[in-house]
Amino acid sequence: MSKDNQILEEFTSKEYEHGWSVNYEADEAPIGLNEDIIRWISAKKDEPQWLLDWRLKAFRAWEKMTEPEWANVHYPNIDLQKLRYYSAPKQSKKAKNLDEVDPELLQIYERLGISLNEQKRLQGIAVDAVLDSVSVGTTFKETLGKLGIVFCSFSEAVHSHPELIKKYLGSVVPMTDNYYAALNSAVFSDGSFCYIPKGVRCPMELSTYFRINAANTGQFERTLIVADEGSYCSYLEGCTAPQRDENQLHAAVVEIYAAKDAEVKYSTVQNWYPGDKNGKGGIYNFVTKRGICAGDNSKISWTQVETGSAVTWKYPSCILKGDNSIGEFYSVAVTNNYQQADTGTKMIHIGKNTKSRIVSKGISAGHSQNSYRGQVQVMKRAHNARNFSQCDSLLMGSKCGAHTFPYIDIQNSTAKVEHEATTSKIGEDQLFYCNQRGIATEDAVALIVNGYAKEVLNQLPMEFAVEAQKLLALTLEGSVG
Amino acid sequence: MTTITKDNIIDSLLSSVQPNGNSEAVQIIRDNGFPTNKHEEYKFTNITKRIENKIQAFQQAKPFYLTEEDVTNAIIKNLDADVLVFNNGQFSSELSRIGEGYSVSTIGSGESPFTIKDLYGDSYLALNNASFENGIYIQIPKNKVLDKPVLILNLVKANEGQLITPKIWIDCAENTEAVFIDQAVSQDEETYFLNGSVEIRTAANSHIHYYRVQIQNSEALEVNNLLTDIHRDSTFTSFLLSLEGDMIRNNVTLNLLDTGCEGNMYGLYLLGGKTHVDNHTNVDHTKPHCESNELYKGVLTDKSRGVFNGKIFVREDAQKTNAFQQNNNILLSDEATINTKPQLEIWADDVKCSHGCTTGQLDEEALFYLQARGIDKDQGKALLLYAFAGDVIEHVKIEAFKEYCIDLVQKKLGTNF
Repeated sequence: MSKDNQILEEFTSKEYEHGWSVNYEADEAPIGLNEDIIRWISAKKDEPQWLLDWRLKAFRAWEKMTEPEWANVHYPNIDLQKLRYYSAPKQSKKAKNLDEVDPELLQIYERLGISLNEQKRLQGIAVDAVLDSVSVGTTFKETLGKLGIVFCSFSEAVHSHPELIKKYLGSVVPMTDNYYAALNSAVFSDGSFCYIPKGVRCPMELSTYFRINAANTGQFERTLIVADEGSYCSYLEGCTAPQRDENQLHAAVVEIYAAKDAEVKYSTVQNWYPGDKNGKGGIYNFVTKRGICAGDNSKISWTQVETGSAVTWKYPSCILKGDNSIGEFYSVAVTNNYQQADTGTKMIHIGKNTKSRIVSKGISAGHSQNSYRGQVQVMKRAHNARNFSQCDSLLMGSKCGAHTFPYIDIQNSTAKVEHEATTSKIGEDQLFYCNQRGIATEDAVALIVNGYAKEVLNQLPMEFAVEAQKLLALTLEGSVG
Repeated sequence: MTTITKDNIIDSLLSSVQPNGNSEAVQIIRDNGFPTNKHEEYKFTNITKRIENKIQAFQQAKPFYLTEEDVTNAIIKNLDADVLVFNNGQFSSELSRIGEGYSVSTIGSGESPFTIKDLYGDSYLALNNASFENGIYIQIPKNKVLDKPVLILNLVKANEGQLITPKIWIDCAENTEAVFIDQAVSQDEETYFLNGSVEIRTAANSHIHYYRVQIQNSEALEVNNLLTDIHRDSTFTSFLLSLEGDMIRNNVTLNLLDTGCEGNMYGLYLLGGKTHVDNHTNVDHTKPHCESNELYKGVLTDKSRGVFNGKIFVREDAQKTNAFQQNNNILLSDEATINTKPQLEIWADDVKCSHGCTTGQLDEEALFYLQARGIDKDQGKALLLYAFAGDVIEHVKIEAFKEYCIDLVQKKLGTNF
């Protein structure tokens, strides 16, 4: 037992490797939240009047809303008036391409392993990097431009493609959807916008990298992906933040619109700072993600690997409106120390012959609480809807908790819905079997956990799968109960 | 006579019943109010709204004229059992046929031999506690095995809007065994609100079964709370069969308070018309080496609605727990709805817990197979549905009662579905 304790000790004292911060000059909004701040942000970004009106409308709606309390997470009240709603690295003028971007900023991303320059050459992934509140650089813009693909920062898109933004902004997540979505609608600072035109198959992975650097800053980015008829794209999202004692707030909104025959694959590796081993600090991650399969035969697939954040509150959902549309959700959520995660999905079947599949794997260690909350709804007209859900939990240590809250609401007699859930720990016999064959306990745990999560990791694009596997092994290193 | 609305329901319910001095219960109602669909626990079953809509004014139901013959007629055929008669929610010792080996005493207003803590402070349970008049307290002494089942017969003849409040405590000492069958029989088709509660407590090594059939009239509103505390090496099995009613809510809470306990919960609901049945179950594993099994099945047609919420809690100390839960539903019409939420909350690591939940329809191929062999479609359907439902009835251990349930289910499947 002493060895286990030792390993556990080692593991729990392991520090967050992305916990550094950089001092760069930032352009910041005054602390606080009111209509003037929203006007200030809007003016700063030189936004058209309709967008400012939209923000103010969201703000007024938000003022009437109350913070949701139903999630199975506990955290002290967030004083939203004490946050800063805009922080941007100072640049003399807008960079045209990466060569003009401040080298210091690029260095931040290099330290993260996201070398914008290198990626440009080697990996063939188009990256939009978002630091604190604004997008600092987008790679591969020209290559994509030739195909008619628009991939740029949100504020750029407001100017270059206002008709698209006007049409799709808030069409999937209405501004009054929930407390944090409304807040985001009011104060969102930047994000990524992506449009894939008719019949185009995006040749490379599109990627956004989020990083919070400044203290006491909330990050509110907005991602909008529109896939027109018959198009395809795969989108990656990654996030890190420096190690700070205070809790930081991240309230993002992601909207995906898939037209007829379109397919969008959205993958996330979320590694925000989870707080230290006593549960101090860390990011509050309150995110609204939703996709709509608006056209027939469309498909949206969410894959997420959640390892970071002190508190996570996130339900990537699919509205299956088009006939024969498909929604998928694959998730691995790992919590350790005092992390709390309440995550899951919603599959709303509206069209005929719609299919959805949910695979959720939760792993809890330390004092953490890990919840799956999901809803499968089959509406009256959704004939022959099909759903399969599986949510498994793995517990490590006797102080952690695993919870499942699946809601299944069926209003059509032709629906076939299956749900199954199991909770277990790594069996002593499994470990013994590995030990017997000369595999050390710790490696055996990594092996078993990786096997357990394989179904989800397999869904990730190559580049992410490697990172995710590493993250998983790191997060759970030595947590043998 | 004022109509009942959202704003005055608390006052009109409390003033229509004679509060029995249980101020604590009244306080719970005042604090929590009656649940609406805004409450997570009553999200799909807005019984408070239904009460407001269906009932003009409440009054506490009074006993009506009942004869020995009425009682005899109401007893399940071929069932050799002791009978405890409730007349409109109040215990009637004259009409009851109490057997040997256990004692039954009447509990007047406001008294309480023991209380089992309910997890959420349910206002309807509080209303039951605040307003019952003649409840009973059944005590089974040490080492006693009851050789006959005890039938709790709730005879109901309520004029519109009456509130019926049966209240039962069952206290089982060490090494006891008993079977209780609880049934409400309605004498007419009037709307009434039955708000009952049964609290069962067992000492070590007791084995208790509790069965309930709900076939009262199609206008009945009902909230039933079954709360059980069981101790070391005891087993408890509940079986609920719901066939008829307007809106029925069953809360089953089972606390496994010591090691070696086993809890089984079975339920079957076959619903047609506009019947709405909500089964909420709670199993709380607090100590190591306990096991719980749960199987609820439902067949829904017409505009009926079924709700299932199964919670399993496994507390930090409850290592080596095995908890299994299954909920299967068949929908036969597009206007029927099922809302199910199997919920696991686990704080211990060395446990095996699983739940499974399915919703679907009859297998066309199986039906075709039967038709190809000369069994007509309706019969084939009934046969397949019966096979589906039979799984649950299997767990009933009193033969005469099992026959009775099978008969009810077959009749229901033969006509309505």
